[in-house]
Amino acid sequence: MATSSTPPFTASEQSLSSTPPTIDIRGIVRRHGAVTAVDRVSCQVRRGEFFSILGPSGAGKTSVLRMLAGFEDPDEGDLLIDGQSMLGVPPNRRPVNLVFQSYALFPHLTVFENVAFGLKMRRVSAALIAEQVRQALTMVKLLGKEARMPAQLSGGEQQRVALARALVNKPAVVLLDEPLAALDQQLRQAMQVELKSIQEQAGLTCVCVTHHQEEAMMMSDRIAVMHQGRLWQVGSPREVYERPCNLFVSRFLGVSNELAGTIGPSVGEDRLFQPTQAEQHPFTVRTVSTEQAGRSATLSLRPEHIRMAQERPSTSDPLLYGRIEKVLFTGSETKYLVRVGRDRLWETRMTSNTSLSSFAAGDPVFLHWSLADARLFFE
Amino acid sequence: MRRGSTGLTLVSGLAMLFLYGPILVLVLYSFNAAHLSMAWRGTTLKWYAALWHDEALLAATANSLFIAAISTIGATVLGGLMALGMERMPLRRQQLIEGGLVLPLIIPEVMLGVALMLLFVMLKMPLGLTTVILGHIVFNIPLVTIMIRTRLRKLDPALREAAADLGADSWQVFRHVTLPLLRPAIWGAVLVAFTVSLDDFLVTFFTAGPGATTLPLKVYSMIKSGVTPEINALSALLLLISMACVALSLHLQRREV
Repeated sequence: MATSSTPPFTASEQSLSSTPPTIDIRGIVRRHGAVTAVDRVSCQVRRGEFFSILGPSGAGKTSVLRMLAGFEDPDEGDLLIDGQSMLGVPPNRRPVNLVFQSYALFPHLTVFENVAFGLKMRRVSAALIAEQVRQALTMVKLLGKEARMPAQLSGGEQQRVALARALVNKPAVVLLDEPLAALDQQLRQAMQVELKSIQEQAGLTCVCVTHHQEEAMMMSDRIAVMHQGRLWQVGSPREVYERPCNLFVSRFLGVSNELAGTIGPSVGEDRLFQPTQAEQHPFTVRTVSTEQAGRSATLSLRPEHIRMAQERPSTSDPLLYGRIEKVLFTGSETKYLVRVGRDRLWETRMTSNTSLSSFAAGDPVFLHWSLADARLFFE
Repeated sequence: MRRGSTGLTLVSGLAMLFLYGPILVLVLYSFNAAHLSMAWRGTTLKWYAALWHDEALLAATANSLFIAAISTIGATVLGGLMALGMERMPLRRQQLIEGGLVLPLIIPEVMLGVALMLLFVMLKMPLGLTTVILGHIVFNIPLVTIMIRTRLRKLDPALREAAADLGADSWQVFRHVTLPLLRPAIWGAVLVAFTVSLDDFLVTFFTAGPGATTLPLKVYSMIKSGVTPEINALSALLLLISMACVALSLHLQRREV
């Protein structure tokens, strides 16, 4: 997979408010033998923020989480929580609690004892423990199941116990490791909404690790996209989706309809783009860079930005010619796979109930879009 | 399909008969009223009653129970610590130690017995209860270690991490998570070690001195003067205790906490 040579993200994007960040990661490096699992990662997490580290498996995101929890130490760099360096601080002395991917509920303890575990370790009085456990269980809607053993609970309920067990300690940060990965699709969507509302209600600062882009976008205030040990982009879900910094981020966050070509001469404020495919005419692109003409680039478009027409549209929008190869009805939406070149199949979408959706496989179509919606990546 | 399973049942039945037939006969004859005879002269419990009046036999029983108890405690503590310690080592070293660990289980027990006897003589230790107990600890450590280790390796490492994450120091992690989860395996190991110690003949034979006669040694010496129904009764009782211990141990280990 070709990713652009854009340098990894640096902390410049952060517009810091007056309060210090809850988490401040400063250039941490983590090596496993010859492999650099985490490569100079820097980022900051603000108080009350839901921050997701998104990346494919093996991206190094779990290593970052384990370093925050204290199960691993960075080989280089520093890691601050509430302004305090966490280097050499063991897991049991850190103001963070981790919700494990496997939940890691203590099988020999009841729901109540599981949730009370952290408070008991801190020698909180029994009366206070009872009160706070009750509050936490109310929050995750598990009141009345205190006496159950973990094995008697459903997957969703175990997930809630794991969450309650973490947030009962009122940690500075709740760490979530693929929190919903073990749940089935429907439960997962319900829990996404619920987890988000619990987080907002309790004002929790959360760092969540996931490989599920939709989940990250739905729940997060900000997303950090990680790949091959590096942080490529940090921003709001809308930012990273609509303005990805490179092709990898673009592809990872959703469908990226791409077309290879070269940059041509200027047309007013815009530039001409010559697709490599001979049968396609050149069209205009908007790019901030002052690249030399003749430089190769890849154009990328999100499916929802593309409009389809049977007749040549009378706009000055950039335009491509294609032929519908497959019509995929998915319920509320219909997807179209449109061939725009010998080895290029683009995906477009249309709401299923519009009268316009009279396109059929084999139909020739014009694809057009607004100038501002296309993204250009240089190699 | 049907015929296949009938054949299988038949073969299994014969195998079971071959294995347990002699034991069954022994148990049966412990209820035989006849003295020094294989002829059946009616059912009686008098041989069991006679056991209670045999002073030497009761002394041997006391020795056996004492040796089994002390050696079980010793082997469980040492073997348990061994299992816990091994887990923290690099994998290569674990495998190396594991190889050395099973050695006492696979070398002929006669050799182990002779070797221990020679060692004690060399160290000028008088053979007696102490030497028997030490000998039993030697062959029970591998058993205990392997049993506890099996359970330890099945534990999700995330459980101990979760405990640490929730504020437990390493002692609290052990006390509140590791130990409770190992408990069934520990009790299972205790019962097996106790049984093996109670039944052992060879190591005991070589390491026991005067005054350290155990039940198996006693049975052996009694048999030299002919098989009496009393021995049958004693063996039946030993069998009952052993079976109960092993059954309980299996039950404990199968139970998933």
